[in-house]
Amino acid sequence: MATDTTTIYIYRGDASGGEERPYLVEISPGMVILDAIHYIQANDAPDLAVRWNCKAAHCGSCSAEINGHPRLLCKTRLDDYLATDTPVHVRPMKTFPIIRDLVTDVSWNYRMAKRIPPFHPAHRAPFTLYQRDVARIQEFRRCIECFLCQDICHVIRDHDAKDAYMGPRFMAKLAELEMHPMDTENRIPFVRNDAGLGWCNVTHCCSEVCPEGIEITGNAIIPLKERLADQFWDPVRRIFRRSSLMDVGQHEPKDP
Amino acid sequence: MAQSPSREKSQLKPKGETAWWLAPNLTLVVFSLFVLYSAWEVLTHNVGRYQNYLSPYFSPDVGLWLGVPFLPAVLVAWIPLGFRASCYYYRREYYRGFFRDPAACGIRDRAKRYQGETRAPLSWNNLHRFFLYLALVVVVFLWKDAVDGLWYQGHLEVGLGSVILLLDAILLSFYTFSCHAFRHLVGGNIDCFSCQSRGRSRYRWWRTISTLNQRHGLFAWTSMFMVWGTDLYIRLLLSGVIHDVKFF
Repeated sequence: MATDTTTIYIYRGDASGGEERPYLVEISPGMVILDAIHYIQANDAPDLAVRWNCKAAHCGSCSAEINGHPRLLCKTRLDDYLATDTPVHVRPMKTFPIIRDLVTDVSWNYRMAKRIPPFHPAHRAPFTLYQRDVARIQEFRRCIECFLCQDICHVIRDHDAKDAYMGPRFMAKLAELEMHPMDTENRIPFVRNDAGLGWCNVTHCCSEVCPEGIEITGNAIIPLKERLADQFWDPVRRIFRRSSLMDVGQHEPKDP
Repeated sequence: MAQSPSREKSQLKPKGETAWWLAPNLTLVVFSLFVLYSAWEVLTHNVGRYQNYLSPYFSPDVGLWLGVPFLPAVLVAWIPLGFRASCYYYRREYYRGFFRDPAACGIRDRAKRYQGETRAPLSWNNLHRFFLYLALVVVVFLWKDAVDGLWYQGHLEVGLGSVILLLDAILLSFYTFSCHAFRHLVGGNIDCFSCQSRGRSRYRWWRTISTLNQRHGLFAWTSMFMVWGTDLYIRLLLSGVIHDVKFF
């Protein structure tokens, strides 16, 4: 019985340069792109560099670009491309410096993470928390730090504004901390001045590529923009901030 | 360390996956036509009322209240225009369609001196909530117009125009109440619902508005076409090109 094969184009190179090379892959049922890369490593190119770990879309290691779209290699099925006769081109993430082949240096993200003002509760744990108070921030806890949102963000990708804007991943992190019912820190001045929220023009690409389905723009960035408007653009709110309608301060939860 | 080699050559197009250029260009054409039509309607007409039907461009009838006979729509049209122009959904659409930064995800930006919304005039989009407050007032008048559209000379009379005005009020209400700024106002600004005396009801409201908010884009498009269609219908009635269809 003849074996079905397909050709996959993979970027090979490092900081000094490189090119896409074609590799013939035997197709097996349910194959994802990472399987194809493992096939190539086993049969043609044992020195092909790729970062991966769980192969279950949980670790966020195997981020790359397939036909120009940021995706997890382990979550992208090969037959989606075969069905439409679309050639598959795999390249490293464009936004970050290349180390080798499909592996990029994402350490800038870790430096950004360190700059975020940490959780600052009113008192030490344990806390009494109710589901309705933490439902919103649980969405952001799903983040696997694959940095695909950072890769697609045009502010970082096309304008290389890494000094000005922290990117959507950290907007979600800031929203998570800012919306926490027990947190007392006001990070909005940081969000405005250091994290560079104003650089985002809410084009939703970060939400579109998130493999965890986190609505980064709608549930993190836009609420942060509204909170920023509360503090910097809304004189009416400043005057009435203490009224019950606009009461946003932290208190001890009451027994519902 | 050098940048990723993907920077070396022009952006790989998502081959065969999607016609990425279709949506931004469609936005460009439709929004341009809508703005041109709106400018023509607002800047060249003094009358927007046909019998008991009032065009949404002329509602509320501030010109009548103030006794301004010329271009009364100018007095009110800036409110929905500002509301839509600063709307988070429309921002996404016009940044993609008109500014091309980016035209679609993964497609290289055209803007060389991109500054996002850090500088005026684009930073004025942060004033969206004030347009929301005014739009909420306008919505009340649109409902009054919808009810007026059902009554002619003291009795119930339902025509095609009545139905159109009613649909217009419904869709504009959905668009206004699904707004991100409204979502923030009803509960998005609260960190701890359980800590508030009315926290439980505000949480329910916030959940409801959040559900509507997921369809904000749909409401943005449908309400825009509805405003367009409603005004066109009334304009054609006023010019005598068509006659209203009366159901009962």
